[in-house]
Amino acid sequence: MTTVLPRAAAALDVGRIRADFPILGRTVAGGKPLVYLDNAATSQKPRQVLEAMDRVYREHNANIHRGVYELSEETTALFEGARAKVAAFINAPHSREVIFCRNATEGINLVAYAWGRDNVKRGDRILVSVLEHHSNFVPWQQLAKEAGAELVVIDIDDEGRLRRDEFERELRKGARLVAITHTSNGLGTVNPVRELTAQAKAAGAVVLIDAAQAVPHTPVDVQELGCDFLAFSGHKMLAPPGSGAVWGRTELLERMRPFLYGGDMISRVAVDLSTWNELPWKFEAGTSAYVDAVGLGAAVDYLSAVGMERIHAHELELVGYVLPRLLEIPGITVYGSHTLEDRVGVVSFNLEGIHPHDVATIFDSEGVCVRAGHHCNQPLMTRLGCVATTRASFYLYNTTAECDALLGAIAKARKIFA
Amino acid sequence: MDDLYRDYILDHYKNPRNAGELPDATHRYHDTNPLCGDEITMMLKVDDAGVVDDVRFIGRGCAISQASASILTEEVKGKTLDELRSLDRDHVLGNLGITISPARIKCALLSLKALKGSAWGLTAWPGEEVPDPA
Repeated sequence: MTTVLPRAAAALDVGRIRADFPILGRTVAGGKPLVYLDNAATSQKPRQVLEAMDRVYREHNANIHRGVYELSEETTALFEGARAKVAAFINAPHSREVIFCRNATEGINLVAYAWGRDNVKRGDRILVSVLEHHSNFVPWQQLAKEAGAELVVIDIDDEGRLRRDEFERELRKGARLVAITHTSNGLGTVNPVRELTAQAKAAGAVVLIDAAQAVPHTPVDVQELGCDFLAFSGHKMLAPPGSGAVWGRTELLERMRPFLYGGDMISRVAVDLSTWNELPWKFEAGTSAYVDAVGLGAAVDYLSAVGMERIHAHELELVGYVLPRLLEIPGITVYGSHTLEDRVGVVSFNLEGIHPHDVATIFDSEGVCVRAGHHCNQPLMTRLGCVATTRASFYLYNTTAECDALLGAIAKARKIFA
Repeated sequence: MDDLYRDYILDHYKNPRNAGELPDATHRYHDTNPLCGDEITMMLKVDDAGVVDDVRFIGRGCAISQASASILTEEVKGKTLDELRSLDRDHVLGNLGITISPARIKCALLSLKALKGSAWGLTAWPGEEVPDPA
């Protein structure tokens, strides 16, 4: 599909972008404008994505890869076309290396089962960091328990940055797998993934990158990163929930057993034996969420037309606006880095004497949507010494006026709890 | 909003009644709300006749969960364990006197869960064996 977008020279034309998102026109809390600052949890969807999906249902819909009739061929072409778009978006060398799955969690579980169960042995070491989302923590924790492997958790410094010295020290002791987040969903920290990957590969480890918080917000190039696997979710990048992908190197994917068994993933099935389909379909058992995949393709078109570098710059502009104002508030703790270096548009904080859930409830009364809780980051919360934080997370459609609404809601919360 | 964070709710949050350790507790139950990290330990001192002689709670968390616990403890003394076991959610929500949104209902009812756990003589959440009072 084609996406017509403004091509302003530098800054985003946020007004024009906002007009593409129908939900941003609604009000909440009895007539207040919606201020959606929970983009690290999920993003809103532009009409271009909604229309692309709607068109599949209205004009093409038939099951993919099976029918020998026009509709099925059209739907298959749309589905495989979306795969090619996603592959190009992350600069994958081959479309067949992009496996559609429900989200980053499923993609990581795919690797944990289909690669991990055959390759991680007793005594092996798996390196993760304390920044990991549960999706890139629990699968490895459980694999380590099953295999008798050791899960090593790399710490962060007080600015929320990965402890490189500790990483290198642990790497020297050996690692079968390094599974690490590209960008922290809790703090917005961007890890030096390319360097970490190079070091891990030099130490003989296989490297998986959780890019769920990166692919939606910054340019991501799997060849530049040099990793072996990379997973992300569609719903955080303007696409519907149920869309997502895990990318893997052909030579690894070819040697892996299937993840799920059933239809579409087989080559031949006899009573006592089955052989597997080629990549990527070997890993896509059952009817795929092909309409969601088409939505992901349309989202990739949209993001590409705006430009990932510009989206990242816009989010940093918002952080640059709100962060110094937050730091002036008495009794506030802002977690992670207090600079714009190596970060995305995520700001986590706590207000003294007010639980994040009360903060978020008061924000809600002002129409401001933020996340309050542990953000699927319980090891990180423990490391930070808190049980929960309030997290505001920005995207391409957010504005400085919305940052002001956030600051106003904080003032209201502080007044109520004064 | 002003309906939710009323003065008496904030007062119970900032100055919780019956807060602290109960050293000679006969019943003690700890429970958490994993979503937001609210925690409450409810402690009872029950006499030989099965009547609550004293109650304390220790907790941390949001204003709704802690105020709910504080308010709940105010009516526990003098009740029998059977009476505590028959307390229901509507009673607790009624005593809170504010409208609780679905997203915060677990905050408001954590104290009841902890109180019932202690009244049934449990010490911690035993799998799924005890029905959720919600």
